[in-house]
Amino acid sequence: MNLKEITHNGVWKQNPGIVQLLGMCPLLAVSSTVVNGVSLGLATAVVMALSGACIAPIRSYVPNEIRIPVFILIIAVLVTVVQYLMNAYMYGLFVVLGIFIPLIVTNCIVLARVEAFASKNSALPSALDGFAMGLGLTAVLGVLGAMRELVGKGTLFSGIDLALGDAAKDLVLHVIPNYKGFLIAILPPGAFIGLGLIIAGKNWLNLRAEQKRKSTAPATPLTSPEAVQG
Amino acid sequence: MKRIARSTLQTAVNLVFFAVLGTAVLASTYFMTHDAIVKSEEGEKLKLINQIVPTALFDNDIIRDTLTIPASELLGTEGNTVAYRARLKGEPSAVVLESIAPDGYSGKIWLILAVRANGELAGVRVVNHRETPGLGDYIELPKSPWIKGFDGKSREEYKDADWKVKKDGGKFDYMAGATITPRAVVKAVNKTLIYFEQNRVKLFAVNEPKKEETK
Repeated sequence: MNLKEITHNGVWKQNPGIVQLLGMCPLLAVSSTVVNGVSLGLATAVVMALSGACIAPIRSYVPNEIRIPVFILIIAVLVTVVQYLMNAYMYGLFVVLGIFIPLIVTNCIVLARVEAFASKNSALPSALDGFAMGLGLTAVLGVLGAMRELVGKGTLFSGIDLALGDAAKDLVLHVIPNYKGFLIAILPPGAFIGLGLIIAGKNWLNLRAEQKRKSTAPATPLTSPEAVQG
Repeated sequence: MKRIARSTLQTAVNLVFFAVLGTAVLASTYFMTHDAIVKSEEGEKLKLINQIVPTALFDNDIIRDTLTIPASELLGTEGNTVAYRARLKGEPSAVVLESIAPDGYSGKIWLILAVRANGELAGVRVVNHRETPGLGDYIELPKSPWIKGFDGKSREEYKDADWKVKKDGGKFDYMAGATITPRAVVKAVNKTLIYFEQNRVKLFAVNEPKKEETK
């Protein structure tokens, strides 16, 4: 597998959020705004890249029987390191994401990629695979966050000052002024509905791409319209 | 048999090795980030305290001038909490107390209150709550200035019967459709002021007991 293919796989074809449907817990819980979703997505991407990079080189030294505990141990260490760093240098965001940072450990997508990819490949592709998968998750969290925030609160990028400091406060977009809010989008059901729409959208795009490919390919005999109707 | 024992031992050694390595990485990160974490946590606390205690009111190191308060029914607390004391030129000016309103619409509402030495409220803020977003969450300052209605109020000005929302015959505003939330907050604030009255001397005591009747 070349590097381009790995990236494409992670971000689109095998997207953890909308194709593999792994890592639902943070996806549904923190995607109430763009900033929350993207921040946790990036934290997960960093953890996944690091865990791929750490686990691939040692994969031949870890006996098969204890590979899962060792992998989990390494992932837990990396997550805790990320947590300390966020606590120290991005305190506002740390408070918002709170419990979901340690929960990255239990996000099955991390262990799934380590087990499926890093334990069979060398360090660089493994790191890229983890990062691409993380970016794929980040993209879904970002889109879902934008949808929920826009419908629920009428804003975009609210809370960005937590991530980038007080200077970024002006970046918050009040897309719909004097919006009264639409509560269900912010509450958990909004996340399920939004995710459903995103998955439907991706399937539609896939289907369209397939049809396009078919129509440009040499015509294979199709059933005639009358036959279908009949 | 011997081979099994050997491979088991090897596996164990392997696992221990990774555990030790992991612990070492964690310990060093902890020590590297510890100062920054303490600093940002204190900064955050100070920011919150500054919102309700005007900076002009104290010149002491308020973060470290603390008193541990045991669980109290009036404060609604079930464990120890910390009170921060504000002093100006050595004279007590205000105290920051934590309080919990147990009867919000969706459970507890965590409050932080600053009471001036004369029993007047300097400010109240909600630290944490689970009230319905868009409905009961107007007790949060970013959502609505409602909580500022407590500023300057005291039990000298308002008697017990006044510490209720207007719907119940008291003096405090509320928003139609969400009365349970403000009712709980008003009640908790009043009870905190009662606690303050009962413990005024103790709350401001420095290491050696000091008299401070500032009436």
